[in-house]
Amino acid sequence: MYDFAYHRPKTMAEATAALKGKPEARPMSGGMTLIPTLKQRLAKPSDVVDLNGIKELAGIKVDGSGVTVGAMTRHADVASSADVKGAIPALADLAGHIGDPAVRNRGTMGGSVANNDPAADYPAAVLGLDATVTTTSRTIKADDFFKGLFETALEDGELITSITFPKAEKAGYMKFPNPASRYAMVGVFVAKTAGGVRVAVTGAGPCVFRVKAMEDALARNFSADAIKDIKVPADGLNSDIHGSAEYRAHLVTVMARRAVDQANK
Amino acid sequence: MTINVAMTVNGKAASGKVEARTLLVQFLREHLGLTGTHVGCDTSQCGACVVHLDGKSIKSCTILAVQAEGGKVTTIEGLAESAEKLHPMQEAFRENHALQCGFCTPGMVMSAIDMVKRHNYQLDEATVRRELEGNLCRCTGYHNIVKAILAAAPAMKSAGV
Repeated sequence: MYDFAYHRPKTMAEATAALKGKPEARPMSGGMTLIPTLKQRLAKPSDVVDLNGIKELAGIKVDGSGVTVGAMTRHADVASSADVKGAIPALADLAGHIGDPAVRNRGTMGGSVANNDPAADYPAAVLGLDATVTTTSRTIKADDFFKGLFETALEDGELITSITFPKAEKAGYMKFPNPASRYAMVGVFVAKTAGGVRVAVTGAGPCVFRVKAMEDALARNFSADAIKDIKVPADGLNSDIHGSAEYRAHLVTVMARRAVDQANK
Repeated sequence: MTINVAMTVNGKAASGKVEARTLLVQFLREHLGLTGTHVGCDTSQCGACVVHLDGKSIKSCTILAVQAEGGKVTTIEGLAESAEKLHPMQEAFRENHALQCGFCTPGMVMSAIDMVKRHNYQLDEATVRRELEGNLCRCTGYHNIVKAILAAAPAMKSAGV
C-alpha cells in the first residue's frame, strides 16, 4: 500500500471539507473494497477520509412508506434490524448474505452502493426496489444512479448520506455466490411495489441492470413459471475464471425464478 | 504519514507510532509481538486474521491500525484465563481435535466465539457451517471444527463467557 494522509472527521461538514480541493483524496466507509484495492496498489489516494467517526451517518429509520438506512450502517446491522425485517424482509436477508460475518461487521450500505462493484449485492436492492439515494447535495433515483462499471452519478466530493427504500408488497433476492469471495456471480432482486414490478440483476454484467421482459411478464403473472422461458443475451455479460458470459446469462433466469419463489413465500 | 495510535489490546493499554497505511494485523504482530493472529490470504477471504474489535469479529488484515484508535481489541492471546485454564472455545477445539496444521485456528476460534454470542449460545450444525463461510481451513478439517463449536456453546454459557 502506498502511504497517504489519514483524516477522521466527526461530522459531514468536516468530511466534505477534508475532501474539498483534493482530486486524489478518497472517502472510506467500511473499507472492505478500498483497503484491498490500496493493498494491491491499484489506487494511490493522496488522502483517505475515514467516515467511521461520523455518528450521524449510521442508523435505520422506518415509517409507513419505507425504510431509510444511513450510509454508514453496517451490513450486520441491516441484517439483524427488526425494523428492516418487518418492513422489507428481502433487504435484511440480502444484507445477511453479503461476504461473511466479519465482513458484514465492517462493510456499509453507503460504501457498497457508492463503489458500485459489478458483483455487489446492494445495487440490486437499490435498483430492484426503486430506492432513492440521498447525498450531501441532492437526491438521486436508482435508475439515474448506477452508470457503469464502478461508476455512479456521484460527483467528486459528493457523499451518500442515506438510502430510502419504499416498502414492497413482495420482494425476494437470490444469488449464486462465488464460493471463495461470496460475491454474486449472479444475483437477482425481484420486487412488486406500488410502482410496479422490477427485476434487477447484479454480478452478471459490468453494472446492475433491469430485465424489462421479466418485469412485464411478472406484472401479468407474478410466478416463477411466468419467466422460465425469458433469457437475457450473453452479449456484454461478464466472463472470467469463475464463469462464462453464457453461464451467467443462464444463471440470471435461474436466480430470477428462485427470487420470485422467495418473494411469494 | 506517521500517527500515534492508542488502543486497549487484551485488556492492556497499547500504543505506538504507525504509518497511516499500517494494517491492524501488522500493528498486532510487528509492533506488539502478538503473532497468534495470522495472515493467510491477505485478501479478506480466509479469516486467519480475525480478531474482535469492540466485541465484534473483524478481519484485521482489512482495517487500518489507526481505525482501531481508542478501541478494545481482543486477540487469541487474550482469551485464556491463565496458562492452565483455556477459554471454553479453545478447550473444545483441543478436546475435539479441531485442528490439523493449526494455521487457521486462531481465526476460527475468534470467529466461533463471536458466532456463539450472536446466536445467544444456541447453534445447530447448519448454522455453524454457514457462519464459518469467512474462515477457510485448507486441511479440510471443518468436521471437527463444527463439533468443537457446538460443544463450546453450552460450555461458554455455563462459564459465563
